[in-house]
Amino acid sequence: MKEGFSAGTGSSGQELMSDASNLVRKYIVENFMFGDDAGLDDMTSLQASGIIDSTGILELVTFLEERFSIAISDEELIPQNLDSIHNVVCFLNGKCPLRNIL
Amino acid sequence: MPAPEYPLKNLSCSGPQGFRWGGRNESGIEGQQKAENMQTNPYLVHHFLEYSAARHGRKVALVCDGLRLTYGEIDAAANRFARYLVSIGVDRHQRVVIFLDNSVEAVIALFGTLKAGAVFVLSNVTMKSAKLAYILNNCGATTLVAHDSRRRVIEEAMADADGVRHLVWCHHGQPCEAPQGSRRLDSFTQWSDLFVAGDSDAGGRLPAVIDRDLATIIYTSGSTGEPKGVVSAHYNMVAAARSITTYLENVETDIVLNTLPFSFDYGLYQLLMVFLFGGTLVLENSFTYPRVVLERLAVEEVTGFPIVPTMVAMLLQMRDLARFDFRCLRYLTNTGAALPVAHIRSLRKMLPHVRIFSMYGLTECKRVSYLPPEKLDEKPDSVGIPIPNSEVFVVDATGREVAANEVGELVVRGSHVMQGYWNDPVETARVFRPGNRHGEIVLHTGDLFRRDAEGYLYFVSRTDDLIKTRGERVSPKEIENALCALDGVAEAAVVGVPDEVLGKALKAFVVCGRQAHLSEMQVQAYCHKTLEPFMVPKYVEFVEALPKTSSGKIDRKSLH
Repeated sequence: MKEGFSAGTGSSGQELMSDASNLVRKYIVENFMFGDDAGLDDMTSLQASGIIDSTGILELVTFLEERFSIAISDEELIPQNLDSIHNVVCFLNGKCPLRNIL
Repeated sequence: MPAPEYPLKNLSCSGPQGFRWGGRNESGIEGQQKAENMQTNPYLVHHFLEYSAARHGRKVALVCDGLRLTYGEIDAAANRFARYLVSIGVDRHQRVVIFLDNSVEAVIALFGTLKAGAVFVLSNVTMKSAKLAYILNNCGATTLVAHDSRRRVIEEAMADADGVRHLVWCHHGQPCEAPQGSRRLDSFTQWSDLFVAGDSDAGGRLPAVIDRDLATIIYTSGSTGEPKGVVSAHYNMVAAARSITTYLENVETDIVLNTLPFSFDYGLYQLLMVFLFGGTLVLENSFTYPRVVLERLAVEEVTGFPIVPTMVAMLLQMRDLARFDFRCLRYLTNTGAALPVAHIRSLRKMLPHVRIFSMYGLTECKRVSYLPPEKLDEKPDSVGIPIPNSEVFVVDATGREVAANEVGELVVRGSHVMQGYWNDPVETARVFRPGNRHGEIVLHTGDLFRRDAEGYLYFVSRTDDLIKTRGERVSPKEIENALCALDGVAEAAVVGVPDEVLGKALKAFVVCGRQAHLSEMQVQAYCHKTLEPFMVPKYVEFVEALPKTSSGKIDRKSLH
């Protein structure tokens, strides 16, 4: 189990989704919002709200690749996969069951 | 995502009978000249829209937010907006701040403001409340057009901007709650209420406008101090748009895809120029997802694509770029900063049929020069020749022209030289100075250039960008070009850092491409191979991204 993360082998799917969501949220808040998470919920469009720009997306991708030990291809760099915390978590779950990568 | 409903669409359903399509009988042009003459000689910025609407009102002018709007629809909507402004007491020459994304609303508000004889100010939506308040106060805006998605920023800014008396509130879907503070204004309206079907288009005449009237104030990022508002009169903008569309050889069948914000003059002029030549503008809000933009480019059969160097860096990192359909693309333009020569070569190889225009400009005159595409292979690091109907000089400190290949400050002369900085006579006098001809003002760019024997221009540096190291004057651009030619380097910026022995030591900030791994020593070894020894960076720092000003230029002053 990785640092700062509490998912046990017995966690339900919903808990895992919530844990992944918290991790992604924490990264975004710390790196793109400088700690001020006002106006950010799981469905907020990261692009339309101006939270993440084009270079920010690449930083987010690097974070996801490293933190979850996955490879993200160019084809996957689309808003459906990355434009909200919800989309990111669904994308992660679709790539590889969260149970295996958390 | 479903296409948002746009009230204008409901209006257009009433058809030509209930809804006037042409601009011929509208606004300040009425009765002044014959239509045939006007259509070939627009002298006001909103003529671009009106004449295209008169020529082909049913042609799609704008593709945005899932909508396809015709010139007739946009012109009619802009007339409504203009009449609304006049009805609430917005007078000629007043300033209207438009705080909107690239959107249909922004296009209508911008042209409507001009039709009302007022001056539009487009503010970047990523701006925070303090800066927005500064701009509202600095330009003395009476009216703000803003969107609910930025509610908090707007409420905070308006609390500090008492001069704002009118608020037009844009929103998704249904009208929403009025923002705090709107009760103490003279007027407040929801955008959708302006476009209720069945309302008459009739109304009082709109004010007559002449080409010396101001059209816009564009605030430039300026790496230091407060933002400066560059003031443009109609004739400046008409001259600039005409000149640029001339050398781009734009025709009515051109379809331009713009991802750059309207608050950046490069983005704004895409709209103005397309409406001038009667083409179609595909409007996006960003280049955050290059794949989405490239797919749109193919589907819409785009012929013209304006870019900045960061976009090229992102494109060239895409491994499957060749998969996208660029067959309809006729030209690319680049400005904002020079493209690294290595990137130009990669683009040429990938898109051999596309004409690439390297250009240089600054908000104070919109555009200075362009390199004819046929010269790109021969002079890839040149920004070319002055734009049509303008001239430039490279001068020394006494104002005398320097010899070929000598470095001096670039001075620009032409109708596109803007009016100066809003409310800033000192800075205006420093930059916009009397020229040698009677009564005229020329622009001192503060940029150092050299001109080769054939008259082609080369950007050397900002006056304050040259780095003196080991007694040598070094252009950071030259080193950056070299770094960008190194495999694995996506972007680079070079600055001077204080050094006891060298005066300034060179420090390179390098952004590696995805999955590229480089060491400081590899970078230095490469520079040593390709540059003179005094140009090899003493320090190399790897960064995730380079800091940019809001117009996309590298913000060198924040690098150290």
